[in-house]
Amino acid sequence: MSDYYQNLSTRIEQRFQGQVGRCTVAMGELTVEVMRQHMLDVYRALRDEPDFAFEQLIDLCGIDYSAYGDGVWNAPRFAVAYHLLSVRNNHRIRLKVFARGDVPLVDSVVSIWSSADWYEREAFDLFGIVFEGHPDLRRILTDYGFVGHPFRKDFPVIGNVEMRYDPDKGRVVYQPVTIEPRDLISRVIRHDHRYVTPDSPSAQEGK
Amino acid sequence: MAEIRNFTMNFGPQHPAAHGVLRLVLEMDGEVIQRADPHIGLLHRATEKLAEQRHYVQSLPYMDRLDYVSMLSNEHAYCMAIEKMLGIEVPLRAQYIRVMFDEITRILNHLLWLGSHALDVGAMTMFLYCFREREDLMDCYEAVSGARLHAAYYRPGGVYRDLPERMPQYDTKASKWHSAEELQQRNENRQGSLLDFIEDFTRRFPGYVDEYETLLTENRIWKQRTVGIGVVSPERALQMGFTGPMLRGSGIAWDLRKKQPYEVYDRLDFDIPVGTNGDSYDRYLVRIEEFRQSNRIIEQCVEWLRKNPGQVIVDDHKVAPPPRVEMKGDMEALIHHFKLFSEGITVPEGEAYAAIEHPKGEFGIYLISDGANKPYRLKIRAPGFAHLAGLDEMVRGHMLADVVAVIGTQDIVFGEIDR
Repeated sequence: MSDYYQNLSTRIEQRFQGQVGRCTVAMGELTVEVMRQHMLDVYRALRDEPDFAFEQLIDLCGIDYSAYGDGVWNAPRFAVAYHLLSVRNNHRIRLKVFARGDVPLVDSVVSIWSSADWYEREAFDLFGIVFEGHPDLRRILTDYGFVGHPFRKDFPVIGNVEMRYDPDKGRVVYQPVTIEPRDLISRVIRHDHRYVTPDSPSAQEGK
Repeated sequence: MAEIRNFTMNFGPQHPAAHGVLRLVLEMDGEVIQRADPHIGLLHRATEKLAEQRHYVQSLPYMDRLDYVSMLSNEHAYCMAIEKMLGIEVPLRAQYIRVMFDEITRILNHLLWLGSHALDVGAMTMFLYCFREREDLMDCYEAVSGARLHAAYYRPGGVYRDLPERMPQYDTKASKWHSAEELQQRNENRQGSLLDFIEDFTRRFPGYVDEYETLLTENRIWKQRTVGIGVVSPERALQMGFTGPMLRGSGIAWDLRKKQPYEVYDRLDFDIPVGTNGDSYDRYLVRIEEFRQSNRIIEQCVEWLRKNPGQVIVDDHKVAPPPRVEMKGDMEALIHHFKLFSEGITVPEGEAYAAIEHPKGEFGIYLISDGANKPYRLKIRAPGFAHLAGLDEMVRGHMLADVVAVIGTQDIVFGEIDR
């Protein structure tokens, strides 16, 4: 499986020279970083060219890297990961676009895959990533009138507000949360475990 | 002359045909739908964010609560993602157990779908029939895990324990509601092991499916409500990210169990049903045939599991806890147990996507780890999310009553859509 993706990785690097960044094959999966300014061209080619034929956008999600590895991250904070599937060629690919700037901004792919519609709304809702060219970029999962982007690493798990029924006003009201945050399992990063497979990224970087 | 204009109608969120908490804002021209705008998120529990706060095994029971009618399939994808990151091989017996329970889950899911879909369009009997069989399958869940719905039975590296030698039986003491003879009768097929019970079920089940088909397949009302309703062309199905029976109903022969086989699916003999017209009726036929195919797979698994005893979880105490007996005398085992339950598994740095053929479509887990004992980011790819996003397109131009039929055919469950 890895050989196949190694081969696909080479083909993609040749076809999209200067438009894509690093291509990595790890755990039998191919990840390609795509440059923000070329993303729509690359995506359209990946969908339409018979060699790739990625007809389906299986998944799209935002990632907030700000707390990665307890702060060793030095690339842009937000990324969008796309999982594509080709039914014709029976292969998959993961694409990643980093969103630079104060307001994380990437192009919308709704014009290429219709399924991107709700996925982009979700990433906007949860991470505040803005998709340029999306026809209807509204919140989707959070409450009407919600403030903030809950899946960002700086958003507390307990939230900021809670809701209760106020008998005097005869309606529900929002108030600041009254619960305390608790962390029952501390976060530990271990570098001494045995599960570094030869193609995992840390082994390749020679850590 | 009065001015004629479209009006907007609110459907749900508390509506029995919404299959949970779906709020639909429908723009109507008379009784014809011009636009449907589903408002989701009423069941949003931020499972992905919660998973970032807990170690890997602690998040496993959350997976049951995603698609709460196909519990073990969700767990399966989650365990597969962790196993992929760790690069561990699951014992063969555990793989067969997982496949068997995945197929039991598929039947459970399709039974609920069939019962509620038929109920939505006016067939009460189906609901009662389907719940009769669900009862038996949930007893299998109970026998193996102790829970009838939220099993939490799979573990990274295998399954929690081996199949029980004895099937739980009904208490035979007569009560106000059940006589002793009746209870005795109910225990008849529960005298042996779990595998005996499942085997008995696989022998009975094709007859049950025939009963469902007698009631529905040639039923005039059923056909009027489903034929030509919610037609999706193969091109649009791909564009909209449809998977599972929603994609196969449109005529695309795509099933991860065949195309990208995981566990032992490549050793088993089964067929993939495919529709031709892409309407609700074809999707019904596809799911009915999946009942029969799942039943075939279960039969093969039972046969293999009888002949091949063995371990059901990896013998690696960095991933799976040591047996309790061992812990009584071995210091190392005790330390492993303590570390595993206090700190959890530490997964190496990297990212992985593991997908399975869930009863509803492709259910995937995208896992990013920075080397810690908790996931850095967990993304759940729920099939229903893409399906519901296509609802607008599927109901345009149909009558209001067909919205209910389309929601039914999509097999919507809000646990996975809202996550």
